[in-house]
Amino acid sequence: MKRLATFIIVVLVAVGIMAWSTPGLLDRVRLGLDLKGGFEILYEAAPLEQGQKVTKQSLTRTAESLEKRANLLGTSEPEVTTEGTNRIRLKIAGVTDEAEVRKKMKEPASLTFRSAEGCKAPDANTADKDKYCKVELVGSDFVENGASVGYSNLNAPVIDIKVKDKKKFAEITKRLLGQPLAIFLDETMLSDPTVNAELTDGKAQISGNYSLDEAKKISDTINLGALPLKLTEKYSQSVGATLGKQSLDKTIESGIIGSIVILIFMIAMYRLPGIIASFGLIVHTWLLILVFVWADFTLTLPGIAAFILGIGMAVDANIITNERIREEIRNGRSVMSSVKAGNKSSLRTILDSNITTIIVGAVMFAFGTGAVKGFALVLIVEIVLSILTNVYFTHYLLSLLVKAGLLKKPKQFGVKESEINAL
Amino acid sequence: MHFKKEFNFVKMSKAAFIFSIVLTIAGIIALAAFGLNYSVDFRAGSNVDVKLAKNVTKAEVQPLLDEIGIGKDATISPGDKRVNIRFTKELSEDQDSQLKKAIQQLDDTASFEINTVDPGMAKELGRNAIYSVLISCIGIIIYVSIRFEWRFALAAIIALLHDAFMVVAIFSIFRLEVSLTFIVAVLTIIGYSINDTIVIFDRIRENLRFGKQKTREDLANLLNHSVNQMLMRSLYTAFTVFIAAFFLFLFGGESIKMFSLAMVIGLIFGAYSSIFIASPLWLYFKYKQKPKGKAVKPSKA
Repeated sequence: MKRLATFIIVVLVAVGIMAWSTPGLLDRVRLGLDLKGGFEILYEAAPLEQGQKVTKQSLTRTAESLEKRANLLGTSEPEVTTEGTNRIRLKIAGVTDEAEVRKKMKEPASLTFRSAEGCKAPDANTADKDKYCKVELVGSDFVENGASVGYSNLNAPVIDIKVKDKKKFAEITKRLLGQPLAIFLDETMLSDPTVNAELTDGKAQISGNYSLDEAKKISDTINLGALPLKLTEKYSQSVGATLGKQSLDKTIESGIIGSIVILIFMIAMYRLPGIIASFGLIVHTWLLILVFVWADFTLTLPGIAAFILGIGMAVDANIITNERIREEIRNGRSVMSSVKAGNKSSLRTILDSNITTIIVGAVMFAFGTGAVKGFALVLIVEIVLSILTNVYFTHYLLSLLVKAGLLKKPKQFGVKESEINAL
Repeated sequence: MHFKKEFNFVKMSKAAFIFSIVLTIAGIIALAAFGLNYSVDFRAGSNVDVKLAKNVTKAEVQPLLDEIGIGKDATISPGDKRVNIRFTKELSEDQDSQLKKAIQQLDDTASFEINTVDPGMAKELGRNAIYSVLISCIGIIIYVSIRFEWRFALAAIIALLHDAFMVVAIFSIFRLEVSLTFIVAVLTIIGYSINDTIVIFDRIRENLRFGKQKTREDLANLLNHSVNQMLMRSLYTAFTVFIAAFFLFLFGGESIKMFSLAMVIGLIFGAYSSIFIASPLWLYFKYKQKPKGKAVKPSKA
């Protein structure tokens, strides 16, 4: 009776914990963009000037700057991560005006001061950017958030900007005295004033025929943070919220149907041990969701697919164990010793077969991008958990029942008396 | 289910080998002739999936695309309350938003999924896919060689490459779309289909310990016996995962349809190859080893 009591307590506690924690648990799973809508862009960063290199520092700064922009645009929880040596992945969810955000994100808003030093002699057809081919100062040389709208002597709106390194600016203005120093925002020339004096206070002014609004806009764009690197989109995925929701609902629905069929199959095939396996599977599923919430993993559509496939894989352990037990019973062993032997000898087989799947999962995780990583992660976590729930946990429950004397007839394992070979 | 009668798998494997070889040749021909129907993931461009409240026809969508100037290289395939448009050139951000606006004129509830892949990225994704398959195989060879012996490892690898290739061949023959998720499916099949093989090999190894197998017949009998012992186990384990994949294919989200289909096909071949390819192959390798023993002590009866 003691064993039966233990069995009942273990089951009740497990059910209790699950019932208590499940409400709200699902809502706390972080969903990927493909399920809740949003967009993901993979940028490749290149230096603003040729011959320079993308450093880790500049890449991180660019990522930070992108994040700042995304936040400024009022998007919720933008995710910006650097990848490898020159890539930045940006994920933004729930955006209404995607085109606008995307444009703003990529807009390098890179302010440069350029001179015509060493450039080809211009003719009438030369574009501004070819005329001023030498970049003297780049976006990161200017004080962050240092642009402001001011007024010129003639009371026209101008944009004041500050240079970080006063000495450097002084050197440039000294060298270019009497020559034009063009101011570019990205590849558009804002103005090309002639340097009249050596500027030592690190302040510069962009003047043009701007209205106050125009001047404000330019100053805002500059303040949005100049990106230290030039970005090009390598890969992009955007998913509408409705479409994402539909994928989520449909896939979960198919998962539930599949799981129910698997549970019915297990119970029909293995009777009481099948019910225990099913219980193990439910604990398994709950535990997996719990791990996702705790570790704050993001669940993507391929992730859910792995989740569902994993349910089918998790019961494999139960099938292998139960078939082994049946075999031992057929060979004429007692139920008690069959369960013992079955649990023991199936363990090695189960581990061997699962490790290969983990190997492949690990390779996918290492080589995969975004969606593939999500799939691999779920697969690995799920297999590890299944060894806990559908091997150790169900073995434990089964032994309790056998020792309690509730499982003693071969019939309860789906073995007919006639199949048993007498010893 | 429990069969009293034992199947002679060694005998049946001959037919299976022929079947697999024929399918492999057909696959090679199909691959050489039409290659694979790559999605934007591997050949660059843009893929647009639109979910609509009503059905639309190609004729309704085409003029909208022409208006924006992206109609030329677009392949439009309408479906049930959805339409898929593929562009061989990458859509720019502007074209992207123009396209959305245009389609929203047709149906203002339209919801989009747009994937754009740049050629460099497509190449990289393809390269990574090949690396992943190779490294996975090497990992499995090493693991199985350590746990078993090389004959098992070699037989298992041939069987799982067979499974993976069959999926590729079927996708090539039926012109099904090969995207990044397809590679994920193939890799999962490689990792999973070997489970069945290992379960059977484990039993062969166990049975090998019990008796001395002197002749080819002994070995063949041992193999038959082992496979028969594990038959239902193998089929059931494959079946539960098959159920999961099958329902994913039937009811799951549109973007993992091809993934689920590849899984379903791969699982069937995986179960088949564990029994009819991997095990007989092991026997074949084992035979090669045996004659030596015979040569040393020939029976002079």
